[in-house]
Amino acid sequence: MQFTINGHAVEVEADVRTSLLDLLREQLGLSGTKKGCDQGACGACTVLVDGERINACLALAVQYQGRAITTIEGLADEQTLHPLQAAFVEHDGFQCGYCTPGQICSAIGMAHELERNVPSVVTADLTAQRIAFDHDEVRERMSGNLCRCGAYNGIVDAINATFGRASA
Amino acid sequence: MNPFSYERATDAASAIRLANATAATRYLGGGTNLVDLMREHIEQPEVLVDVTPLAQTIEVRADGSMLIGAAVKNTALASDAHVRQAFPLLSRAILAGASAQIRNMATVAGNILQRTRCTYFYDEAARCNKRKPGCGCDALQGFNRYHAILGASDDCVATHPSDLCVALVALDAVVHLQGAAGSRSLPLTELHRLPGAHPEHETELQPHELITAIEIPALAFAGHSAYRKVRDRSSYAFALVSVAAALDVDAQGRVRDVRLALGGVAHKPWRASKAEAVLRGQAATEATFLAAADAELAAARGLRDNGFKIELARRTIVAVLQQLTEARA
Ligand SMILES: Cc1cc2nc3c(=O)[nH]c(=O)nc-3n(C[C@H](O)[C@H](O)[C@H](O)COP(=O)(O)OP(=O)(O)OC[C@H]3O[C@@H](n4cnc5c(N)ncnc54)[C@H](O)[C@@H]3O)c2cc1C
Repeated sequence: MQFTINGHAVEVEADVRTSLLDLLREQLGLSGTKKGCDQGACGACTVLVDGERINACLALAVQYQGRAITTIEGLADEQTLHPLQAAFVEHDGFQCGYCTPGQICSAIGMAHELERNVPSVVTADLTAQRIAFDHDEVRERMSGNLCRCGAYNGIVDAINATFGRASA
Repeated sequence: MNPFSYERATDAASAIRLANATAATRYLGGGTNLVDLMREHIEQPEVLVDVTPLAQTIEVRADGSMLIGAAVKNTALASDAHVRQAFPLLSRAILAGASAQIRNMATVAGNILQRTRCTYFYDEAARCNKRKPGCGCDALQGFNRYHAILGASDDCVATHPSDLCVALVALDAVVHLQGAAGSRSLPLTELHRLPGAHPEHETELQPHELITAIEIPALAFAGHSAYRKVRDRSSYAFALVSVAAALDVDAQGRVRDVRLALGGVAHKPWRASKAEAVLRGQAATEATFLAAADAELAAARGLRDNGFKIELARRTIVAVLQQLTEARA
């Protein structure tokens, strides 16, 4: 199977049963992406495929051949953190850190969705040209990522600090 | 998960050809339900035919009707400009379901054919007539807060979990099918079955029949519509009860026309035809709405834990119809 993972072409042999999550963690050593529930219910495994966020646990790797996959390992460069990573540190967007890679990938996907004017269930006017980047929208759009430490306030603050102003 | 082989269809004809090669074939959409069920050994296909390369097009015709390819992603359909303007209940129903990640993966056909979330269906140690026909149903006497109040049987009280389908049945959506014997179409209200004595037969599909598209007929007043989902937490949870409605009230305050459907209450998305019949031609008042809800729910039966759903459905129907009436005034 061939993929582009964090900008690098990767070729790997894998059983067709392998989830994208297990492929990343077990076969490619990219253990930043976490396995929480393995049922699509917690979001710890969130990665970006061609810029869109998905749950890698429910994705059969074989179905994603040829696609560009970005994991938490692909966000920072050698020297500097991705601005959202830095904001998570600054705003206490985590305690134990287990859900953090998924939260960060998910928030990046969410920002793209807002740029593309994808609505959410709390969007009051579905036909608005621009959807407000407000607290309720962020909470609803991030509901697919659970944090058992309850660092939600810090997570929302970090997301707002990174993406909020640009879209306001 | 049992071993299987993976095939990628390029179009409907190749999907059907690939599927018909082996009896134990399943079509694969986003996999968000099927992969989970395969891990639990509830689904054990020998061949998976990936149908995500099938039509991903959303066509809006001159008359306002729509033809939606089976492989269109849930997010794409909810974001479509015509859906947002002409069928907002559809956009809202999709967005009320699952999470953004899952909606990005899930296809329209996969959503329609997703299986129940009944915990006894998932639990291999429990009795379930869907998993093992004839063995009994542990939900009947068990934890059945999420279970059906309408159209259930002594063999199965599971619900169909889709939000998308509730809006689609309200809109008289038609499912386009293709199989070894050719093409046909079926109103979505007739695709899913009630459990009766055979809850393992969930739909009217023939073996390996493929959903190729969903058609939504034009409905001028659907621009004025709503979807309300009541659940145990405010996001990312399945419905206890949901209501999809479109309402057309004339200048005299009478209901000219209405579409009403319920989710979370039955083995299939529930078109509330009895309520609609009560509403048409009557004054758009709370009294009428209550009478309509009562007509629909007269046959409702509660189990140990879900009796509250009858009153919840009644109030939610009335609240949604009032919301649509007030927004118009
Ligand atoms: C944690 C969680 C929460 C969820 N919450 C909600 C919710 O609140 N509301 C809601 O509505 N849904 C919810 N879902 C369910 C989700 O919407 C479905 O899993 C999804 O829509 C299924 O689509 P898919 O493309 O991934 O289907 P798959 O899993 O790929 O397939 C599902 C079924 O459809 C069949 N199939 C797929 N395509 C075709 C085709 N073209 N023709 C014939 N058969 C086909 C498959 O063989 C399979 O039997 C939730 C799921 C999870 C995991």
